[in-house]
Amino acid sequence: MSDVVLRCEGLGKRYEIGERERYLALRDTLTHVLYAPARRLRALLRQPPAEAARIGDTMFWALRDVSFEVRRGEVLGIIGRNGAGKSTLLKILSRITKPTVGRARLRGRVGSLLEVGTGFHPELTGRENIYLNGAILGMRKAEIDRKFDEIVAFAEVERFIDTPVKRYSSGMYMRLAFGVAAHLEPEILLVDEVLAVGDAAFQRKCLGKMGDVAKAGRTVLFVSHNMTAVQSLCGRVMWLDAGRVAREGDAGVVATEYMQVAAESRLEQVWLDPTNAPGNESVRVHSARVVGFEGVPIELIDTRTAFALEFAYWNLKDGARLNLCISVYNQEGSCVFTTTTVNEPAWHGRAFPAGLYRSVCQVPGALLNDGSYRVLLLVVQDLAHILYKHEDIVVFEVHDSAEGRGKWYGKWSGVVRPDLEWTTERLQARPDPQIASCELSAGSPNGGETGHVPKPTRGGSR
Amino acid sequence: MVMNAVSESWLEPTEVVIEPAAGWIPINLREVWNYRELLYFLIWRDIKVRYKQTAIGAVWAIIQPVFAMGVFSLFFGYLAKMPSNGIPYPIFVYCALLPWQLFAHALTESSNSIVGNQNLITKVYFPRVLVPVAAVCGGLVDFGLAFVVLLGMMVYYGMVPGIAVLAVPLFILFVVVTALAVGLWLAALNVQYRDVRYTLGFLTQVWLFATPVAYPSSLVPERWHALYGLNPMAGVVEGFRWALLGVAEGPGLLLAVSVGVVLIILMGGLHYFARIEDRFADIV
Repeated sequence: MSDVVLRCEGLGKRYEIGERERYLALRDTLTHVLYAPARRLRALLRQPPAEAARIGDTMFWALRDVSFEVRRGEVLGIIGRNGAGKSTLLKILSRITKPTVGRARLRGRVGSLLEVGTGFHPELTGRENIYLNGAILGMRKAEIDRKFDEIVAFAEVERFIDTPVKRYSSGMYMRLAFGVAAHLEPEILLVDEVLAVGDAAFQRKCLGKMGDVAKAGRTVLFVSHNMTAVQSLCGRVMWLDAGRVAREGDAGVVATEYMQVAAESRLEQVWLDPTNAPGNESVRVHSARVVGFEGVPIELIDTRTAFALEFAYWNLKDGARLNLCISVYNQEGSCVFTTTTVNEPAWHGRAFPAGLYRSVCQVPGALLNDGSYRVLLLVVQDLAHILYKHEDIVVFEVHDSAEGRGKWYGKWSGVVRPDLEWTTERLQARPDPQIASCELSAGSPNGGETGHVPKPTRGGSR
Repeated sequence: MVMNAVSESWLEPTEVVIEPAAGWIPINLREVWNYRELLYFLIWRDIKVRYKQTAIGAVWAIIQPVFAMGVFSLFFGYLAKMPSNGIPYPIFVYCALLPWQLFAHALTESSNSIVGNQNLITKVYFPRVLVPVAAVCGGLVDFGLAFVVLLGMMVYYGMVPGIAVLAVPLFILFVVVTALAVGLWLAALNVQYRDVRYTLGFLTQVWLFATPVAYPSSLVPERWHALYGLNPMAGVVEGFRWALLGVAEGPGLLLAVSVGVVLIILMGGLHYFARIEDRFADIV
């Protein structure tokens, strides 16, 4: 069980800058050739330019000195920022492009999934595309024949199987494409971020399938930005940064460390000089912080963590009645909540003598969903006019606590993520139409509600 | 899942070593053979897609050569009184147009094939040579349909081919190989130099006039024939007329030179293609 099936030694890939985007016109090569004598002459007359400096200018190492091993049955997650070399690594391992230096050795049949629906042709029908795409991914016709019904069922496109895929909705298209890919059965599977597309239900399906693949003892290399999925599916994680391996090890440890570094947070801003701090002649901000329980510095906020937003400010107008008002916005730009100091017991409604003040807002755990949040601060006088407004004064990230998720690794739906109380009681032992109808009539949904999204029950009508 | 199904279903060898490209890499024929089903599907896709959403579909495969025959017959046959070795000019020219159009189509398609399939090239591994090969083969169906029209014309003109008709498949193979030989060069060049795309139309036009389609090769002085054979299509087109219409002499010398030329271009093309195919995904 512990034999190495994939080994990379000093793998590196160098691109000439712009090479990926640009193709050469014959003219460029001709000018290059024509000017060659002149260049050589100049080189003879002058000291030749240092080779290393020249390489630094026009070359770019997308991947550098990458060495690692993967054992049979292991699921290795590969994480990192955009442009860190994750996709380049998968492209080399799936033999699409050659490394510039180093070597990789793979033992076993390799299937790669760098994109869903590679080679799908819009004019062909669903049926035809299953065969075409299957062949492109490396399946034999006999194998596709055998799995055909399973693929169609997975994609839920039975009725449209003989319709050209250009008439499909994007959801159907993605399901069909993933359906083919999901039925690949290589010994080593390379998967790149294919799960980042599609709606939540589709992602759930894909991630479920990925989980099955991982459990079936297949060796998988899984590139993803979805840390929840990486932590749940992978045993080990490799973190690439600027083409090099930054960290490698236990999935939970490396992913957590990565999230702390990668989060584009602004947890603290301090302006020491009150004459120069943001504000105006009435009020100036001294500092804004996201802090943990009782003011301790916080490292990682997850959906369970309680934390506080702390603001310190100078009141410059003696006797002003001040209030703070903050709004917290999520990534989509929706305002999640707005809160003010009107319930603050000590100073609300009083005239503020000039001086430095601090107001703290406690945010309970199990309120915000995971994601990135921006805070807007307003300083208000007499509950009426805005003295000062500061956008994005702090920016913080709430991570997924991964609790209570079961097999679902995708984005948890909802603007907020409260921990609500539920109760379940057993009402009756055997079906008895009379009792059932009188007990449940008030709460049962009427009409043909067949959607799989649970509707909120009308508890208040009872 | 069905782990034992894997062994018979997967295509690649079980141990792969990925290293920087070095020197001479011949096309791995064994690997190409392993991927023959993909080749089949690529050809099948091209054929399926070609006449999708056209009103008259595959009739286009017949209209194109028939229309060309009409134009040629009018201007060269009727107005310019072009000699045609004693054969009615329409069938004389149609018989040559068939291999020519097969060639021109195959050449254009294969030259654009790598660039046209870049979505595959940059996302999946398979032997890259399959793409131009599939593109070349895609024209055979059109050729077959147009060939039926030729048979009809032969009946109409009362022409019965001799035993030489057995050579026709060889000539067809030769057309395909010729198109592939040149197409490999152009497909690989096209990846790096898109100038190829603009050269193609002009190249096929000049090539058409350098090929005895509208005129018999007997118009070219005998002593130039060996040189004329440097155009591989010259021998093939004359060969077609010889095999189907029974023109007196076979295209012996012409064809011998042509075969030699094609083999040289093909070997060079395969080598050049194999040398730069590893970089296709980076530069396409």
